[in-house]
Amino acid sequence: MKNCLVVDDSKVIRKVARHILESLDLTVSEAVDGRDALTQCEASAPDVVLLDWNMPVMSGMEFLQALSSAKLTARPKIIFCTTENGVGHIKAAVEAGADEYVMKPFDRETLESKLSIVGVI
Amino acid sequence: MALSPSSRFADSGSSSRGAARILSGLLEARTGQILSENRAWRMETALKPVLRSHGLADIDALAARLIARKEAALEEDVVNALLNNESSFFRDLQIFDMIHRQILPQIHAQRDDRTLRIWSAGCSTGQEAYSIAIQLCNDMARWRGWRIEILATDISTAAIDQAKSGIFTQMDVQRGLAVGDLIKWFEPAGDDWCASPVLRQMIDFRTDNLFDHRAPMGEYDLLLCRNVLLYFTLERRQAVFRMLAQHSHARSVLLLGAGETVIGHSEDFVPHPDFRGGYGRRTGTPAQAEAAFRRAV
Repeated sequence: MKNCLVVDDSKVIRKVARHILESLDLTVSEAVDGRDALTQCEASAPDVVLLDWNMPVMSGMEFLQALSSAKLTARPKIIFCTTENGVGHIKAAVEAGADEYVMKPFDRETLESKLSIVGVI
Repeated sequence: MALSPSSRFADSGSSSRGAARILSGLLEARTGQILSENRAWRMETALKPVLRSHGLADIDALAARLIARKEAALEEDVVNALLNNESSFFRDLQIFDMIHRQILPQIHAQRDDRTLRIWSAGCSTGQEAYSIAIQLCNDMARWRGWRIEILATDISTAAIDQAKSGIFTQMDVQRGLAVGDLIKWFEPAGDDWCASPVLRQMIDFRTDNLFDHRAPMGEYDLLLCRNVLLYFTLERRQAVFRMLAQHSHARSVLLLGAGETVIGHSEDFVPHPDFRGGYGRRTGTPAQAEAAFRRAV
């Protein structure tokens, strides 16, 4: 089974995402901010990261920049999942290396679609 | 339009069975679609906006008014509300991958007259047609100098109006549309997103009934009639396949929805030898097929 790392400072969002992702036959791990996510990625690279934008300690964009210089066995697919829905934010995320972008609120069909586009399911 | 109760309507939950039968009869008479048991439960929910806008208390009052008066606008609203307009961009990614990697290149190699004709039949709110337009635009070097016609038809006037507008909700654009295509081919429009004029100008959206077909005549290289036929009786499906055959040539490719098939429904189409899940016209020998294709182009 493929693994998805859910990175969000909201416990509720992590819980909702986990519920959906597990129903799509993914194993799920969680991180509360970018720093936590980076540590987990270096320990065991997930197949895909569902990444919030605004978080304490290390934001999603800072995580993305740090990930590019991190020592990883394989680079995970990155799906931003955020309330930052402006086209400027979307373009910035793509230019920074995000593979996909989910605008909150999201549902099962949206996540399934994006995971399919990046080739995880 | 004569309204007759549909005998298929056994039960509609809390709603009046008589009214439900009349309304499902209207849908079947106007569109050929059967409101199956698994869609019947949503009748009241689907009709709530119609009830509100026409000041009607419930579907009993709606059915009574439809019988008492001839109101084309009300009938239209009811039919639009009961039709299933579910659609999404690049629905069934493997199909669109096959269109992009196999079907369109083959058409490109075969059409000496540099004309590409595509018909999305039962297009709902247009996502299928827009998806193909995006594929073509992303591969513009290949298609430069070609005459490209994309016809997209649906019986729902409301769906076609929305398709023509090119406006899609945030939820719509997140289902199937890659973020790269979103920022390349769509512009923010308030909380929604609007397809670029380039895409909108590529597609000819028209209201059209598959059983009273008035869309432009001619033959199409690629015909998509996906997730439409499952709502029809066997006889209606056979009629649709006969009509689609009239608008295809020896090398046309027909794509249906997952779980839909021509087998047992059509003498005109057979599984396509090159495209898994696609269908082609039943033809004679290869030489006969070639001759028919040459006549067509």
